[in-house]
Amino acid sequence: MSEMAAAPSTVEKPPAPPRGWTRERIFGTALVALWAVAGLGLLAFLVNAWNPELFQKYAPAYLSGLGVTLALVGISVTAGAVLSIPIAWMRMSKNKVLSAIGYGYVYFFRGTPLIAQAFLVYYGLGSFRDQLEAIGLWGFFREAWNCAIFAFTLNTAAYQAEILRGAIQSIGRGQWEGAAALGLSKFQTVRKIILPQALIVALRPYGNEIILMIKGSAIVAIITVYDLMGETRRAYSRTFDFQTYLWAALIYLAIVETLRHTIEWIERRLTKHLKR
Amino acid sequence: MEDYATLLGFGPQGWGDQIASGVAITVSLALATLPIGLLAGFLVALAKRSPEPSLRLAGNIYTTIFRGLPELLTLFLVFYGAQIGLQQVLHLFDPEASIEINSFVAGMVALGAVFSSYASEVFLSAFRAIPAGQYEGAYSIGLTNGQTMRLVILPQLVRIALPGLSNLWLILLKDTALVSVIGLADILRQTGIAARVTRQAFLFFGTACLIYLVLAILSSFAFTLIERRVGRGGQHS
Repeated sequence: MSEMAAAPSTVEKPPAPPRGWTRERIFGTALVALWAVAGLGLLAFLVNAWNPELFQKYAPAYLSGLGVTLALVGISVTAGAVLSIPIAWMRMSKNKVLSAIGYGYVYFFRGTPLIAQAFLVYYGLGSFRDQLEAIGLWGFFREAWNCAIFAFTLNTAAYQAEILRGAIQSIGRGQWEGAAALGLSKFQTVRKIILPQALIVALRPYGNEIILMIKGSAIVAIITVYDLMGETRRAYSRTFDFQTYLWAALIYLAIVETLRHTIEWIERRLTKHLKR
Repeated sequence: MEDYATLLGFGPQGWGDQIASGVAITVSLALATLPIGLLAGFLVALAKRSPEPSLRLAGNIYTTIFRGLPELLTLFLVFYGAQIGLQQVLHLFDPEASIEINSFVAGMVALGAVFSSYASEVFLSAFRAIPAGQYEGAYSIGLTNGQTMRLVILPQLVRIALPGLSNLWLILLKDTALVSVIGLADILRQTGIAARVTRQAFLFFGTACLIYLVLAILSSFAFTLIERRVGRGGQHS
């Protein structure tokens, strides 16, 4: 009897039909082969063009450029996060004037290119040299580095304000009402009820914003900040060796991919309780 | 104030003509990139949702590369890389020849690659939003694969993907500013020249920002119109 009962579980699934060489498979394999050839070609080019002298001369420069890029993004994303709180608050405010100001700020910084904003700050503020000197800020805005931080902070604050607003508004009204019914103050509600839920929603957009900032930060090379891109441009203009750009591409890809996977990992860890 | 009006005005004293030609170049670059990017993005999306693993892998490699590289670096890679590559090919035939890549074409290729890798993700999630019953229904009334795609899936796909694509268009419009770095006479370059000559940097770069803003506002009007048209089609059926 027991053998009979066990029988159904030992019935095997019929084997999958053999995978023929369909048109898609041939085409896909050809494309993958093309990528492989491109990758091997890149590797061969880099090995072939390997020049210890060049490496010794420019490796420290690339390293310092990488540091500059990471510092630039780190500082401006952090400062932007702080600045985004009042902007998001204004944007959600019931006061028409406040919400119009918040909307205008966000619209301006999201509607214009980051490079134009950087030019406006770096070159444009020079037009107000006398006024800036009068209030003692000229020393700050004379440095390209400070201008880059300033422009990037204002820019990312606009994007982060929208992320924050979207995340907070994604939390249902019932959460606010429930917290109010328990007698929590507004501040306690935000800190203990709303933010913990909103930040999980906001995690992925925040991660994307950091990645966009790392990619966007390459433009500071144009306003004479020697970040990774700036060092690359300097190395290329001295050597006319194309591998300088390829190394930069590999470094950028490595940073972005590492970040993307880290964020995905964090998200998986934080949302374990939401999965069934 | 009058001074500024002369500087921004048209005519020999003003920079209006140059800036207007810059606007034309920016808009035409973005418009020229759009169809390439949409088509490439759609094909990559098709590859990424194919049951064939090798096609998926090829599509994912494409997206990973062009979403991971800074747009500016992609532009330089295309601009200098194509120049060096073509030069070497050309030297096989004629060792004296030299070649100059058009910055407009380089911009189109680089921005098209970036646009298509983002667009493929938009199309992919739109594909996922279309239930399998749509395909099954289409096959059961005897439509071929191509007909199903063209008559049943695409009309729904466009409607779902439109908000994402309009976002990408605004990003594309802003990214064209980067092409000024390799010498294309777009808005940013023309205003930059004006700023250097007249020493009124804030005025001209501010104008550039406002022009980009106006272009963005006009685009969102256009998208509202398109969305309304596409949406109306949905109500009829």
